[in-house]
Amino acid sequence: MAIKTSVKPKIKNCTNYFIVGAFFLVFLIIDLASGGLRNSSSILLTKIAYSIILAVSLNIVVGFLGELSLGHAGFMCVGAYIGCFFENILADIIPSKILLIIAAMIIGGLAAALSGIVIGIPTLRLKGDYLAIATLAFGEIVRTIFKNQAVFGGALGLTTHRYGKSLWIIAFAVVFICLFITQNLMLSKQGRAIKAIRDNEIAARAMGVNVTYYKMVAFVISAFFAGIAGVIYGNLISPVSNTFFDFNYSIEILVMVVLGGMGNITGSILAATVLTFVNVKLTTQLSGDLAALKNLIYALILIVIVVYNNAPALRGLREKLDFFKFVTGLKEKLFKKKPGDSEPPSTASWDKIPTKIDMDALLSTDVTPDKSFEADKSASRRKE
Amino acid sequence: MSFFSTLINGLSLGGIYALIALGYTMVYGIAKMLNFAHGDIIMVGAYAIVTTLGLGLHPLAAIVAAVIVCTLLGIATEAFAYRPLRGASPLAVLITAIGVSYLLQSIAQMIYGSQGIPVTLGAFGAVSVFGTSIQISSLITLGLCVIIMTALTLFVNNTRVGCAMLAVSEDKAAAQLMGINVNAIITLTFAIGSALAAFASTFYLMQIPSASPTLGSMPGIKAFTAAVIGGIGSIPGAMIGGILLGVIEKLALSFPALAPYTTAIEFALLIIILLVKPTGLLGKKRREKV
Repeated sequence: MAIKTSVKPKIKNCTNYFIVGAFFLVFLIIDLASGGLRNSSSILLTKIAYSIILAVSLNIVVGFLGELSLGHAGFMCVGAYIGCFFENILADIIPSKILLIIAAMIIGGLAAALSGIVIGIPTLRLKGDYLAIATLAFGEIVRTIFKNQAVFGGALGLTTHRYGKSLWIIAFAVVFICLFITQNLMLSKQGRAIKAIRDNEIAARAMGVNVTYYKMVAFVISAFFAGIAGVIYGNLISPVSNTFFDFNYSIEILVMVVLGGMGNITGSILAATVLTFVNVKLTTQLSGDLAALKNLIYALILIVIVVYNNAPALRGLREKLDFFKFVTGLKEKLFKKKPGDSEPPSTASWDKIPTKIDMDALLSTDVTPDKSFEADKSASRRKE
Repeated sequence: MSFFSTLINGLSLGGIYALIALGYTMVYGIAKMLNFAHGDIIMVGAYAIVTTLGLGLHPLAAIVAAVIVCTLLGIATEAFAYRPLRGASPLAVLITAIGVSYLLQSIAQMIYGSQGIPVTLGAFGAVSVFGTSIQISSLITLGLCVIIMTALTLFVNNTRVGCAMLAVSEDKAAAQLMGINVNAIITLTFAIGSALAAFASTFYLMQIPSASPTLGSMPGIKAFTAAVIGGIGSIPGAMIGGILLGVIEKLALSFPALAPYTTAIEFALLIIILLVKPTGLLGKKRREKV
């Protein structure tokens, strides 16, 4: 049997560029036609852009590497503080606004990546829940340190340069770069190694994958983009305050990744866009203690979606209501195959073999005495 | 403040952390999930105390009310949010727990507002021991925490139900085959953990007399850290971790140079301990099977 060596162009990846591109173009056209967007719209668009960057970059660690990180806001914090600090210094040297923000993004991203290495070396040996709690600890440590440095403005926060209305265009340019790097990484040899670690770490190690190295690669790239998102945030809002980057914000990013589907970049983009939109709209509509209503709605959506998507008892319902299956079923009905069409060869598809048997899931299913089994036994006894 | 009184304050704060950490560690040991909503159960307990005191009842009645409300809440969250997800991926359960946490916080904020409500659980003075003054509330907290933890240890190690809990945490499937009702044990664990959280909220209000919707989140995270330091899943580990963290927090706060970095020191301690002993101080090492 000939082994296919050519890789089909992935249509999935084009979808992501298309979605973001179309979104961007629509607003660009509105911007040009109406002579400038409203201030609130440009802020909303910038927030959506940096949320997408955060969600996609966290997806590298949570979705593709399969490790839970609860400290993503910590990396964003490092990027925002360091990037904007150097932006303030470089403002006198670099006259161009665009060059200045690009320099700040590179510095902020590198600082976050460096902190990713520093925190990754000790903590990436840990697994699962322990890694999650260590990253949570990292986020809180970073915040406390920046809070107490007079150079970074102390508890009041660091006063930064605001970029102005057109920040959203730059933010979306970064979204494209982030998508390009993430998607190509995941199609490359490195990406396959990262996914292999997620599917079965021991097997990956046995196949010669340098697990520590690739975990670090995923972690550092993720931190780098979080740092850049931090710089965008710093150019949107001044002063940059440490309270923004608390544990709850890390959770908010994680929620985007989980709702969008882990390991699904399109999902991350959509979830980040919708959640940010809902968040901003609800925050502006509801004031005072009614703002709690926002969190209430948010929490209910979260619980319902996660329970619906994951509850073992609802598997039947899920299959019945599966939208994609419905669409393919409709397609099959509409375009019935002609009898002349050749059937695909019935060779075993090697990539479908489950590599990992989830023993915990098997063991934790309820063992209730099977009625039919009892009936069988009594029937056979009667025969005897 | 002398070293001695700092130590006593640290021990009593550590007792509170230990009570909360016990809830985390027991639930983790038995249901293998991080119950992020545990911190918010403390907050609900605090509001239960506020409400009962507002009705003009005795502080002891308020404590009883808090215990009842928290226990019921713990059972309810387990039944409605976590039980449907039994057997689902751990991350899904974690996210649901976070959802429950947000839900409780926002409901509390809608009912009571985001401002702190002052609470007085009786006036306690200070007593002079060896020439240093010590808050009586700290001594009460410390003493009651020791009693509660001893009772819990006796309960878990010496009763049939306690043994069943240990068995479920060891091996769920085997415990079920031995005739243990696993679901009932999990419910009981949530009930006990939440009742301990209610006691923790009482002691917390004795030290910091103000109830707010986010009251539980920081003690919750710190107690969770304490549980991990002690080795998550281990009951004595949670006690040691909690007391260690409380003492370190109060000691760090007593030095002006270290005080601003207290939180960073605590979390750095967590990372250092995880590096030296990845399963925590008393955690059991699980052999990895291929």
